[in-house]
Amino acid sequence: MLTLECPYCGVMADETELSPGYEAHLKRFGPGSTDEQFEAYMFARKNPKGVHFERWRHAYGCGKWFLAARDTATLEVFGTYAAQSSAPPQALQDKIKAKRPDWKGF
Amino acid sequence: MKRYSAFALAREALSNHMGWERAWASPAPRAQYDAIIIGAGGHGLATAYYLGKNHGLTNVAIIEKGWLGGGNTGRNTTIIRSNYLQDSSAAIYEKARSLYETLSQDLNYNAMFSPRGVMMLAQTHHEVRGYLRTAHANSLQGVVTEFISPQKVKELCPILNIDGPRYPVLGALWQARGGTGRHDAVAWGYARACSAMGMDIVQNCEVKGVTSANGVVTGVETTKGYIGTKKLGIVVAGHSGQVADMAGFRLPVEAVALQALVSEPIKPCMDVVVMANTVHGYMSQSDKGEMVIGGGTDGFNNFTQRGSFHHIEETLRALIETFPIISRLKMLRQWGGIVDMTGDRSPIISKTPLGNCFINCGWGTGGFKAIPGSGWAMADLMAKGEPGPLAAEFDMWRFKEGRFIDESVAAGVAH
Repeated sequence: MLTLECPYCGVMADETELSPGYEAHLKRFGPGSTDEQFEAYMFARKNPKGVHFERWRHAYGCGKWFLAARDTATLEVFGTYAAQSSAPPQALQDKIKAKRPDWKGF
Repeated sequence: MKRYSAFALAREALSNHMGWERAWASPAPRAQYDAIIIGAGGHGLATAYYLGKNHGLTNVAIIEKGWLGGGNTGRNTTIIRSNYLQDSSAAIYEKARSLYETLSQDLNYNAMFSPRGVMMLAQTHHEVRGYLRTAHANSLQGVVTEFISPQKVKELCPILNIDGPRYPVLGALWQARGGTGRHDAVAWGYARACSAMGMDIVQNCEVKGVTSANGVVTGVETTKGYIGTKKLGIVVAGHSGQVADMAGFRLPVEAVALQALVSEPIKPCMDVVVMANTVHGYMSQSDKGEMVIGGGTDGFNNFTQRGSFHHIEETLRALIETFPIISRLKMLRQWGGIVDMTGDRSPIISKTPLGNCFINCGWGTGGFKAIPGSGWAMADLMAKGEPGPLAAEFDMWRFKEGRFIDESVAAGVAH
């Protein structure tokens, strides 16, 4: 079972305690944007086979949203971090790069 | 190709069945083809078959990373139905269902289509209204379905508990000519027919890149070398995003795991397919006697062909409430497949930004039932370069233009 550490309450939470929220770090586009930008925001997803950054919610715990770095091809979890982040923390990116030298980066 | 028949069986019996020829050839790829299909699953093989049968295009190769029919075609619960709400969905799924009716005769290969009837239980008042609406839509679309009473449900499937404490059965959407098929035989039958038309099925050959010149596809780089082609069809389900990336475009698709499982074999006790979308489970009985069970997808991107254990538990919990008789059955095997989900839960059969490159993907959790219709529509698109009536609504630009085919609402859970 997938286990993620909630960065707020520090609990190692089982998947049954969490709600998945798919791709993280999407840039919002609304009124004033082009059709292409809005379509990309709504529907285009990276869907990588490998390193992926995702939103998760500690639904049956503290209830807060957080972000996680995970490998979709092996289910390995690299780490979790606060939702108020515009990019993954540098330390986490370095850790992923060390484990996955082929990773093209965030 | 020697035809299969009762006479052939008698003839081969005289030589102790040593004279049967291989069902399909496994040649090395040639340097150039008129068309290449990436993906020898049901949809890819059906596309190739109808390219040859309907359009006379037989200089075709079907390239497969693993073995043919080894992806979702070999991993599904084999349910065939066409009771969809939206007109464009009903049209393509009904085309597929009607082709299944005569597929065995057409391919000279027993695909074991069993129109035993499919019922989708209504267990909330919302579902009753939804299925009544679908039944009315289906009668306008020419798809034969009806909304039946709980008593009729009990009559058709006596092992079903219609008086559950939480979710009593309030009725069901019944499609009498829906049913099941033999999933491997569908892939094998199409493969044999394609091979007989002179097409090359190249297994254990992974595509590593797509080459193009002046915005038009020219060939594919594979683990068995470069293969040139005039037209390319990408029909790879779970890895659609990865192959599309090689061809230089993005898809509104995410890959998630969907699981299925079978029980130990028991005596015949259920001769219909039952889907219970509110409690999240569906079940039928195979010819071997195993109960074939499916449930929901995981909620996160996954390429591992194995899903979360708690979904199995949830599915079985729901089905035990619906079918108390199965509570002591042992589960025999469990597996997962990687399904490609689009934003509106409807497939994509489309031209792409790359010239002469076409894509068929996004069948999500409901691809098996669509195989013949999907291949028919995709072959039409690849042969003519423009979509025919079946594929017209399923282009990849519908997301930008807001022309959704919204089956995520219409079909509930078990799509």
